[in-house]
Amino acid sequence: MRAERRSGSLMAAPYAAFLLIFAAYPILFALVLVFLKWDLVTTPVFAGADNMRMLATDTRFWRAVANTFVFLSIHLPLQVASALMLALALNRPLAFRSFWRAAFFLPVVISGAVVAILWSNLYATDVGLINGVLVRIGLRPVPWLTDPSTAMPAIAAMVTWKNVGFYVIIYLAGLQYIPRSCKEAIEIEGASTWQRFRFLTLPLLLPQTILVVTLSTINGFQLFIEPYVMTGGGPLRRTYSIVLYLYTNAFAYQKMGYAATIGVALALIIGSVVFIQRRVIGNAEAL
Amino acid sequence: MRTLRRIGLYTGLAIAALTFIYPFLWMASATFKPLSEVGTLALFPTHATLDNYKTMWARAPFGRALINSLLVATTITIAVLVFGSITAYAMARLRFKGRPALNAATMGVLLVPGQLTLIPLYTLIVQLGWIDTYAALIIPYLFNATAILMMRQFFLQIPQSLIDSARMDGMGELRILFTIFWPLSKPVLSIVAIFTFMGSWNEVLWPLLVVREQHLMTLPQLLTVFSLGGGAGSIGVSLASAMVLVVPVVIAYAFLQRNFIESMAGSGVKG
Repeated sequence: MRAERRSGSLMAAPYAAFLLIFAAYPILFALVLVFLKWDLVTTPVFAGADNMRMLATDTRFWRAVANTFVFLSIHLPLQVASALMLALALNRPLAFRSFWRAAFFLPVVISGAVVAILWSNLYATDVGLINGVLVRIGLRPVPWLTDPSTAMPAIAAMVTWKNVGFYVIIYLAGLQYIPRSCKEAIEIEGASTWQRFRFLTLPLLLPQTILVVTLSTINGFQLFIEPYVMTGGGPLRRTYSIVLYLYTNAFAYQKMGYAATIGVALALIIGSVVFIQRRVIGNAEAL
Repeated sequence: MRTLRRIGLYTGLAIAALTFIYPFLWMASATFKPLSEVGTLALFPTHATLDNYKTMWARAPFGRALINSLLVATTITIAVLVFGSITAYAMARLRFKGRPALNAATMGVLLVPGQLTLIPLYTLIVQLGWIDTYAALIIPYLFNATAILMMRQFFLQIPQSLIDSARMDGMGELRILFTIFWPLSKPVLSIVAIFTFMGSWNEVLWPLLVVREQHLMTLPQLLTVFSLGGGAGSIGVSLASAMVLVVPVVIAYAFLQRNFIESMAGSGVKG
């Protein structure tokens, strides 16, 4: 018993120390940095509520927040619909099932940096693959990433494409738990395919839908490498993301206190948006 | 009617699969095309060339970046498996003071978004003098809370009788872990190994913050800097440099796709 205690403490001690240095300290220091003005070179200065006041009136920050909501308003419905559709298709008896699944999952294993570089070429106005197809079928080329109205939707579509395979797996897992007896019962009642989907499959997949919405929301708020590589935040700052703004403040402007304040604000925004989403989706189900 | 619907289903699936695979095929073929052909839709270049690869290799230290990426990702993966399983073993099978607190802290860490701690961690690295060192890329990732919780969950299911009889034979806890628990835990160890390696291999924001010296950059960072800084100069060259990052992953994925899907979907890691 005493030996067990000793080896237990010894074996857990390195991890406990790691948590103190690389988790507890940064979390606490983030809250301290909110009140500091610090460029990493000179000594930090106490700034009171300056950072928070600045953030409240910083149009660039709120522009980035608004951009993220534009991104989410396109990305979330698209992500849920595409993942659900592909999962329903894959849930039938199929030849080459694992091939289809592997194909949809392929972009998930590829680095976001690569996907961003690849798609900035696919989206290119003159030589891009997508405009090449459009021109061939007689349409006019679209300046995807250089037009302020299409840049963010283009990025949202790309992120949906990159992550859909991941969410297909979540939905497939949920579909396996729909009892056969329910399917048979609703078929005997004479329900159409649409009715079966609307009143059986969709409600029973609610836990998966909540998970997909939550994960893609969190993921959406962390948008960084895509605008960094593809647009630099432009055109007209329409694709500037919150994390890109945080990175710019830390790296280009050396404003550690302000960058940390953006980080804390972002954590709070993510927490409240996810909380509200769960309440709304939960309530919609009760109706 | 039935056959018609099946044809429709397979056509739909084939078109969907093509939209996921074709861009990567186009990318691979574009790296072998001379500049004049890059804009074409054709998958096979009429005048295939290795110039893009030669240019990319000559202009930036991609060989070095490949070694850096392998070194960083391998070290982190081994550390997460070895140190993580030691921690998970203690948390699952040994009673000691502070165990409940450690469990709670591990859960708590998972709830904190990375952006909250990003800047404080960065200032810590600066103050430790670790900017432009491997330490900055590796040490903050030596332990992984998700991995520890997954391994702990798995270790909880291994029968106590195995531990008891091993102790009777005079085995120490570490020997029990590595000679009895490890062989029984291959499924969870492979899941942890894949998502840890992939997470590290694809990570780009953290290296962008803590590394400025080109020779210490990992592949995704060098690729980003190279393509953005105009070092590439042309699409073919920039895509050729992306291939260095993609090809090893696609080869591993082709052989281990089941494990990849299980691992990355289970952990919530998305490149």
